[in-house]
Amino acid sequence: MVWLWDNLDLVLGLTADHVRLSIIPIVVGFIVCIPFGWLANRYTAARTVLLTLGGVLFTIPSLALFVMLPAILGTRILDEANVVVALCIYAVAVMVRGAADAFASVSRDVISSSTAVGFSAVSRFWTVEFPLAGPVLLASLRVVSVSTVSLLSVGSLIGVQSLGYLFVNGYQRDFPEEIVIGIGFTVLVAVVFDTVLVLLGRLLMPWTRRAPRRRAVTAIAAEVTA
Amino acid sequence: MNLFLDALNFLFDPANLTGTNSILSRLVDHLAYTGLSMAIALVIGLPLGLLVGHTGRGRNAVVAVSSAARALPTLGLIFLIILYTGLGVGPLIIVLVILAVPPLLAGAYSGLEAVNRQTIDAARAIGMTEWQILLKVEIPLAMPLIFGGIRSATLQVIATATIAGYVGLTGLGRFLIEGLALRDYKLALAGAILVIALALCVDAILALTGRLVVPHGVARGLARSTDKSDAPTPRLHGRVSSAPSNP
Repeated sequence: MVWLWDNLDLVLGLTADHVRLSIIPIVVGFIVCIPFGWLANRYTAARTVLLTLGGVLFTIPSLALFVMLPAILGTRILDEANVVVALCIYAVAVMVRGAADAFASVSRDVISSSTAVGFSAVSRFWTVEFPLAGPVLLASLRVVSVSTVSLLSVGSLIGVQSLGYLFVNGYQRDFPEEIVIGIGFTVLVAVVFDTVLVLLGRLLMPWTRRAPRRRAVTAIAAEVTA
Repeated sequence: MNLFLDALNFLFDPANLTGTNSILSRLVDHLAYTGLSMAIALVIGLPLGLLVGHTGRGRNAVVAVSSAARALPTLGLIFLIILYTGLGVGPLIIVLVILAVPPLLAGAYSGLEAVNRQTIDAARAIGMTEWQILLKVEIPLAMPLIFGGIRSATLQVIATATIAGYVGLTGLGRFLIEGLALRDYKLALAGAILVIALALCVDAILALTGRLVVPHGVARGLARSTDKSDAPTPRLHGRVSSAPSNP
């Protein structure tokens, strides 16, 4: 623990880097998945193409993707962009499937009713389908958030600053305490992100507050299919 | 594109294909790590997941384990365990098993959980024993999710075994790690291409195997449930129906 107090600035700085770099893929994943998820839910052909592509992209091991991207993007190997783009790819791959499920979870009766009372296709989407798909979208977003925070630390192997630096440094110096602190802070970031997402969900979707306890199964199933 | 050509030159150079530290021997190592740790993880994870899924006991523990496992950074875990146990294949296998068990548990548990309760009650009513219900009703119906768990565990293990190169072991990741350490981008890229190719091949093989192990009737049911009739029963195509929940 003495080490932590002595190096508090380092740890807090790395935590700030970690937060900054992992927010981008989560936000990008959420925004990009909406049109793609809608397409995948609407057209069977789009569903096949998008979900297969997502599955293939998600299969690529993270370290290999980090190393591959500079050759494709023309970035330098140490560029943060490599890791951020790779994590965005994973986030979108998971979220598109989640969003397709989310839009499929909206009852057809509700959609028909809103058409019947005169909603246009666009306003029906934004005021009826999108909010009702919210809970399932949020479940996927939580999976993405946790795995992004965890995967980001692998970027430290190619020299991108994050809490993963503490793992590499602790390993090279044969100093387990540093690694434990790194793991602790990474998990802390993941828990804080998750809590923020849950609170945002309660704030934006007040009708879900008294829902039955099915969340565990949904979360696990989301993980299995991720 | 030149970078890719250089990397491909390395990959197809006959001198790099066989012998010690060659692509072939490292591929064999990579597959050996993966196979061994998956075998151990299957023996631990599947029975446990099926037990929890069948009895419903211990589900909170399974949920806690699988979400905690997702939040734990793999890289830190590997380095930490290796600092305590020393370098070697054993510690690597331990880490890989720890990583592979949660998805297996989750797949088996959520697979059984997703089986329609009325189907199980019906099986019990016609006089099936608990073992028969498990083996002849629950497992076949849960096969898509159980196998999904096996598939994601295997890919996770292959991806993580890549890091073995960093802790002095071999495997295909070794090229990648050496390339980074020597600032030889061509070598790192060649390593990355190898790892990606391995992951995609194994995934494709698993996908084909999945078609064989999922019973025809179940697979047909899945195909039907993808058309968007508002089926009140849980949709089984790879995931549990997500009733609006409070996540």
